[in-house]
Amino acid sequence: MANVNDVVIKIATVNGTGSASANGLLMKSIFRMGVPVVGKNYFPSNIQGLPTWYEIRVTGAGYQSRSNRVDVMVAMNAQTYTRDMADVSPGGWLIYDSTWPRSQTLNREDISVIGIPFSRLCNESFEGARARILMKNVAYVGAVAALLDIDLKVVTALLEETFAAKAHLVESNVQAIRLGYDFARENVTCPLPMHIEAMDATSNCVIMDGNTAAGLGCMYAGATVGAWYPITPSTSLMDAFRKFCSRYRVDPKTGKNTYCVIQAEDELAAIGMVLGAAWNGARSFTPTSGPGISLMSEFIGYAYYAEIPTVIFDVQRTGPSTGMPTRTQQCDILSCAYASHGDTKHVLLFPANPAECFYMAPIAFDMAERLQTPVMVLSDLDIGMNDWMIPELQWDDSYVPDRGKVLTAQQLEEMDRFYRYLDVDGDGIPYRSLPGVHPKGAYFTRGSGHTKLGAYTEDSAAYQDVVDRLLVKWETARAILPKADIRYSKLNKAGIITIGSGDGACIEALDRLTKQNIRLNYCRIKSFPFGNDVSEFIKQHDVVYVVEQNRDAQLRTLLVNDIEADQTKLVPLLHYNGMPINSGFVVDKVLTEIAKGRAA
Amino acid sequence: MSYIAKPKVSHPGMPRNKLGLTSRDYEGTVSTLCAGCGHDSITAAIIQAVFELGVEPHMLAKMSGIGCSSKTPAYFVSQAHGFNSVHGRMPSVTTGASAANRDLLYIGVSGDGDSLSIGIGQFVHAIRRNVNMCYVIENNGVYGLTKGQFSASADIGSKPKKGEANNQEPIDPVSTALSLGATYIARSFSGDKEQLIPLLKGALMHRGFALVDIVSPCVTFNDHEGSTKSYAHTRQFYHHVIDMDYVPPAEEIKAAYAKGDAMPIEMHDGSTIVFRKVDQDYDLTSRASAFKYLRERFHAGEISTGLLYLDESRAEMHELMGNIDTPLSQLPFEGLNPGNAELKKLQKGYR
Repeated sequence: MANVNDVVIKIATVNGTGSASANGLLMKSIFRMGVPVVGKNYFPSNIQGLPTWYEIRVTGAGYQSRSNRVDVMVAMNAQTYTRDMADVSPGGWLIYDSTWPRSQTLNREDISVIGIPFSRLCNESFEGARARILMKNVAYVGAVAALLDIDLKVVTALLEETFAAKAHLVESNVQAIRLGYDFARENVTCPLPMHIEAMDATSNCVIMDGNTAAGLGCMYAGATVGAWYPITPSTSLMDAFRKFCSRYRVDPKTGKNTYCVIQAEDELAAIGMVLGAAWNGARSFTPTSGPGISLMSEFIGYAYYAEIPTVIFDVQRTGPSTGMPTRTQQCDILSCAYASHGDTKHVLLFPANPAECFYMAPIAFDMAERLQTPVMVLSDLDIGMNDWMIPELQWDDSYVPDRGKVLTAQQLEEMDRFYRYLDVDGDGIPYRSLPGVHPKGAYFTRGSGHTKLGAYTEDSAAYQDVVDRLLVKWETARAILPKADIRYSKLNKAGIITIGSGDGACIEALDRLTKQNIRLNYCRIKSFPFGNDVSEFIKQHDVVYVVEQNRDAQLRTLLVNDIEADQTKLVPLLHYNGMPINSGFVVDKVLTEIAKGRAA
Repeated sequence: MSYIAKPKVSHPGMPRNKLGLTSRDYEGTVSTLCAGCGHDSITAAIIQAVFELGVEPHMLAKMSGIGCSSKTPAYFVSQAHGFNSVHGRMPSVTTGASAANRDLLYIGVSGDGDSLSIGIGQFVHAIRRNVNMCYVIENNGVYGLTKGQFSASADIGSKPKKGEANNQEPIDPVSTALSLGATYIARSFSGDKEQLIPLLKGALMHRGFALVDIVSPCVTFNDHEGSTKSYAHTRQFYHHVIDMDYVPPAEEIKAAYAKGDAMPIEMHDGSTIVFRKVDQDYDLTSRASAFKYLRERFHAGEISTGLLYLDESRAEMHELMGNIDTPLSQLPFEGLNPGNAELKKLQKGYR
């Protein structure tokens, strides 16, 4: 088996031991050799001492999702050794710290085991417990580099960049790399048959997580107010926004900030702040996760009814309740679509990767202001917190923000009278005035029943008039939201529908199924309400597999509910164990359905 | 409610403020509260205060939550935007609004249920952030719209119309605000317009969080014998501690000085608060002694009123955060976006 550039490396460590930087170093070194990579971090909801894993998929073919294989396991955590050994795919390698003897009972005939005395090597070379632990992690990078033929010059260059300001760290890190590298070269035939060779497939790419990309997108979109309450896995989104703002949003003349980030006391306050700022004309947003959406729901309904532009990033994690905060799911689709009491429904955007997190940020603000309604961007932990290889981000310098129908002082001055909720243009979107602009623009923003003129009402017809007009706006939204990514051939009778982070696994599954002569069409939905393109796609097929990452087929429910899709055609393929979905799951499920007699 | 049109009649001889407006220009729609409600007197005092200050109507933002109190922003300054938010959440909306536009004058009107029960989290955190706003609590000790349940400000022993007397310790917004570091703290009574108007003017002009807790009897559910928030009870136990007057910038300070012990404190905008101690033991600039005094008087059953604490030195939210003077909502997009060339440059760190 001489697989070149098709290897999955999994590293088992203890969290809080510096393994994250070692793993990052390993992945970036491969990336810099021009070989596409996928990185997945499986970490506990804990600060120090619990097991954590990092998986690097080296994929010369450039696939985006995780693989369900493990070819090289670096088992650095004694606590999980048994389980890690069991995880190795047949024909794979297991690397372990041979400083201490392994129990003889822990053996597998179908894998190769390589012992490297990491602890002993590091204890002999470094002083102090902390340094020895940290360097042990760097040393395995060296060993893997030798085994897989990763260019040591690339690794060293990366270390030099990382520790540019701390030369002594470069020295000790390089020393640790060499310990692992040299030991492996002296004791094992290197490289392994399964290894890495330089390519040129990453030169226009970067490695970025979705939260960083979304924070960057918000900064580029001109957001000025961010309010939030820390919650895994969305926290790093605001961290990123703040970091970019501290670099690009400080007024050179005064040294003062042109942004305002408020850490709220809870999610109820965070969303209240977003509404207050948006009502006052600022682009404002909040990042959160499922529990935050639950807390924000009352205000989300208010924003829907009082028609206040609101941007929310929901980086979904595994529910229900506290669930598994460091595991991924797409489980907030329904709670976001219909957040709040009463008849409410909300615009959703579904980025599939960090690049789309960036590009959908300005779209979210444009749509929220154009439609005067909440817009929720449904990312997830897999997209938000994992490092993805994406094409370098581009910004269109001709972009002009769509601030929607906001009346200027002059327009107000020239008006006879301003009425906030009047549908002048027939698109269901009324005109807005901002406080402090003109006395004629004043109105009373309320969540209570109001007439189309903006006055309080308990009159049935006047109330109904406004909620019916909101449905007109809903149809306007349907027409202007981002279209689905559709790959269609009329030869195929069956299709796959997915959203968000299901994209990578589905695309790869389509390739794998094609190799078995099973050809399916594909529709990756990017927004809700669903466009006519999605309705048409479903109509054109006998069977549509709906691939999503939750237990209850929430996307499928939404399709039936929003566009009256024929539910007998919609076959749910559900992945909800908290791990990112992989192509093997999709392939197996589709094959099982076909075996049951479904159309392919 | 506000579908009742209010005739705009103004007498030609009515006094005009520096903008040439009369107090009529600061009115709102007709109140739908019960006849004799304390809140309506507070509304009248707010109208008078903003009229006298010469506030540009559209530069005022009227914020509220839910409850009888929170309806009142509809009843004053129709030419100002209002935000009648959700229950107990006015402080966060005001915080966000202020973050977006620091040039507006924010008045938040809340009640004891809205601020001390459902909304106490937001109330205390707005103080902690020192949001630049005038925060009015129309305090009547009961929930009116749901027909007379006690709120968290009900005093021990206060009797409801029906049922048992309250036996839980009340939450006093004034001592709460004092312990949290609010920079302008006042208490008054809806029936004492003379005291209330200058307190509101000072609160509106103060830079930072200004609390005005106003005992405002609920004539329908809490104005009977045995209630400690009734007109009769308040009048009997009501005690002026410090009287104050607000003197705008450039206006000569005269009236108050004559009585001997009047003292001025200059505010950040050049205006002055002239205060006169009724009780000589009181020091409105010392948090510790104010706290001790107020708790002692509270336990003696007295309602201490006036400007109870003032700190003009502390920075408000925007200053604490180092925000630019221009309202964030008015910054042109060009200055907010670093452009594609910079995007390319910054991504070098992601390779």
